Amino acid sequence: MSIALEHVNYVYSPGTAYEKQALRDVSLEIPQGQFVGIIGHTGSGKSTLIQHLNGLTRATSGRILYEGRNIYDEGYDMRWLRSQVGLVFQYPEHQLFEVDVLSDVCFGPKNQGLTQEECEKRAKEALNLVGFPEKYYKQSPFELSGGQKRRVAIAGVLAMRPKVLVLDEPTAGLDPKGRDEILDQVERLHKETGMTVILVSHSMEDVAKYVERIIVMNRGGKMLDGTPGEVFRHYKELEEVGLAAPQVTYVMHDLKERGFDLSPDATTIEEAADEIMRSLA
Amino acid sequence: MEGSESMEMIHAENLVYEYDKRDEDGNIVGTNRAIDGVDIDIPQGSFAAVLGHNGSGKSTLAKHMNAILVPTGGTIWVDGRDTKDPAELWNVRQAAGMVFQNPDNQIIGTVVEEDVGFGPENLGVPTDEIWKRVEESLRSVGMLEYRKASPNKLSGGQKQRVAIAGVIAMEPKCIVLDEPTAMLDPNGRKEVIRAVEKLRKEKKVTVILITHYMEEVIDADQVFVMDGGHIVMHGTPREIFSRVEELKAYRMDVPQVTMLAEELRQRGLDIPRGILRREELVEALCRLR
Amino acid sequence: MIRDITIGQYYPAESRIHRLDPRVKIICTLLFLVSLFIQNSLLGYVIATVFLGVVIRLSKVPLKYIVKGLKPIVILLLFTVVMNLFLTQGGERLVHFWIFTITENGLRTSVFMAVRLMYLVAGSSIMTFTTSPNGLTDGMEKLLHPLNKVNVPVHEVAMMMSIALRFIPILLEETDKIMKAQMARGADFESGNIIQRAKAMIPILVPLFVSAFRRANDLAMAMEARCYHGGEGRTKMKPLKYKARDRMAYIFTVFYLILIFVVGRFVDFKLWIF
Repeated sequence: MSIALEHVNYVYSPGTAYEKQALRDVSLEIPQGQFVGIIGHTGSGKSTLIQHLNGLTRATSGRILYEGRNIYDEGYDMRWLRSQVGLVFQYPEHQLFEVDVLSDVCFGPKNQGLTQEECEKRAKEALNLVGFPEKYYKQSPFELSGGQKRRVAIAGVLAMRPKVLVLDEPTAGLDPKGRDEILDQVERLHKETGMTVILVSHSMEDVAKYVERIIVMNRGGKMLDGTPGEVFRHYKELEEVGLAAPQVTYVMHDLKERGFDLSPDATTIEEAADEIMRSLA
Repeated sequence: MEGSESMEMIHAENLVYEYDKRDEDGNIVGTNRAIDGVDIDIPQGSFAAVLGHNGSGKSTLAKHMNAILVPTGGTIWVDGRDTKDPAELWNVRQAAGMVFQNPDNQIIGTVVEEDVGFGPENLGVPTDEIWKRVEESLRSVGMLEYRKASPNKLSGGQKQRVAIAGVIAMEPKCIVLDEPTAMLDPNGRKEVIRAVEKLRKEKKVTVILITHYMEEVIDADQVFVMDGGHIVMHGTPREIFSRVEELKAYRMDVPQVTMLAEELRQRGLDIPRGILRREELVEALCRLR
Repeated sequence: MIRDITIGQYYPAESRIHRLDPRVKIICTLLFLVSLFIQNSLLGYVIATVFLGVVIRLSKVPLKYIVKGLKPIVILLLFTVVMNLFLTQGGERLVHFWIFTITENGLRTSVFMAVRLMYLVAGSSIMTFTTSPNGLTDGMEKLLHPLNKVNVPVHEVAMMMSIALRFIPILLEETDKIMKAQMARGADFESGNIIQRAKAMIPILVPLFVSAFRRANDLAMAMEARCYHGGEGRTKMKPLKYKARDRMAYIFTVFYLILIFVVGRFVDFKLWIF
């Protein structure tokens, strides 16, 4: 019950002037139920990486195993895979197209060939999971606020009942409260359903607060992989590749340099406050 | 207003903007107030920031500074000119340049330099002068080496810098940036904020930055927080960020360092309110030892 | 995928052809296209090939790009060749099997037509590769300026064209993205009959239109904010003025025209059936 990548390489438009190696020998395994963050700046390969997970983009070489089976095997059911590994793109609200919210969320299940009844049941269940109020089910998705549109779009993927949910920059363009609301909702979802959640982001603060494991991508390769504490210990290397650790990590390191007796591994405000209080006591 | 005009870049009195609410058939069923009684004063050469959640009215306010929208009540003067006066329209737009959120949707040219020249062309600037301005503006945002490039091949941060250069080339007294970093990654955000900072220092233009990234407003002379079409908080960044609970109620946030300082203060440490930078926090903690 | 379409795209480089006045390039391209139709002889095509070759060389656009630009017309090309090959009769029979006959004339016409079509596309793509879309529309605007007197909004049309060209790549990329997003929701664009496939396009077309309108709205606002108010009182960053090299280019093209016309008509040179 996991996703595994084995030596995956991906080359864009090979043989042309635009040729570019987007992924370089990436190997990793994500066990079922994990909450993982993938970090990297634009062009680091993180978006390409997640498009491999549901077979939208086909690796130039290497293997991808979902629940132990190679997805590139002859006759492998890609559409089934896409319902298992739900991928929510950046600005997902731009894919909404139906006349009302409920029908839009039904699009996924309908493509799975389910009956109208079952589709609606799953759509309602998904909308419920993202905390979308029932009174707006019959509203046109184009008339909703930005945050609500995004919820509908995420529900559109959840309605296929995936076992893995991949979110590409789910908070882009939202205001601070909107960011927290979406991420809190995702966290709740993870806890309630036991789904694997893969969160792609460039906000270190967001990722550090929610995930149990961080994978850092750089130039198409996997650069770091570990718990937030482990990864941010490399804050200097992160900076060299144009990323940064959360601000609290810097505060902790500064304090340690100034002679405070503390462990600088804190990545969230609570952890940092605990550690500072302990060292001052 | 007379007399003080020369000092104020933007001055608004009891500004109101209403628009019609329509039902599904397009019939007017009421009005919405996007801006409701706003008074602001932004002195020439200063840096003002407007914070607010999505839908707070901050973008609508920004669009009034460039006469994209004209108030339905009250008055806004830009560089001493009433934006309601049709005869002043082009002067207002020349005085206050505007940079928008989406980098793709504001670049008109298919070559960087042609895009930067678009504004001066509209103003009727002579050809030689356009070339000078284009070069100078591109240099000031650090994009001169991309002058022949296609905008489609640039990163988000680079595109926004081109958009800023396009505004600078019109030689405005003031630049209004309406969430210029909302669609960028952290590197792009840094690039844009650095370019704006440089303009502020070197060209002494008035900068009005609309944003919801708290880190970007730390250097502002004054910060306005908007909610429901009103200005609900106003002060220096330090004053604003010392009111953490209030900010949160307006769907805003504070920089993580400020939040950590606040958390420590609540746990009983003697740390001043409104800490903005990590050096300040480290110093404050060192004093406690 | 969809992004590989190169026709109508600008290839930035510093070359003699790039520096030419867009009006020269538009007129000379038209003349070149005409030249392909006023003659039909082997020598004529040789001269056209030399002319095209020289221009491509001077433009510094890699040949690869131009060949890639031919990809979209492959089907049309094949169709033309096949049709001409079998349907044009006359001259000696070369091949005959079952109901198909290939004649000398058929072979000649189909080869010449194929070359003509390819040169047509290559010639026009050289123009678009070496002229920025803005330059192109500036050139059009200036050339069509006299139409202003009969109330044709030449400036507005030119502006619309240049904006359309700027947004084509953006909208193509967007189409790609929306397609992938719907595929992630299990959409299938590859199977089914024509009606099913057309129906499957709705989830792509609706978001695409919504996005195009949003962009148009934003862009209009951005243009107004930068004091755009139509063509009146506007100056040009790159005003069009003929220079010596432009006159040279005209002379060169006219010389080519005369050459191809005279040689094509009056010099008799035959190689096998061509």
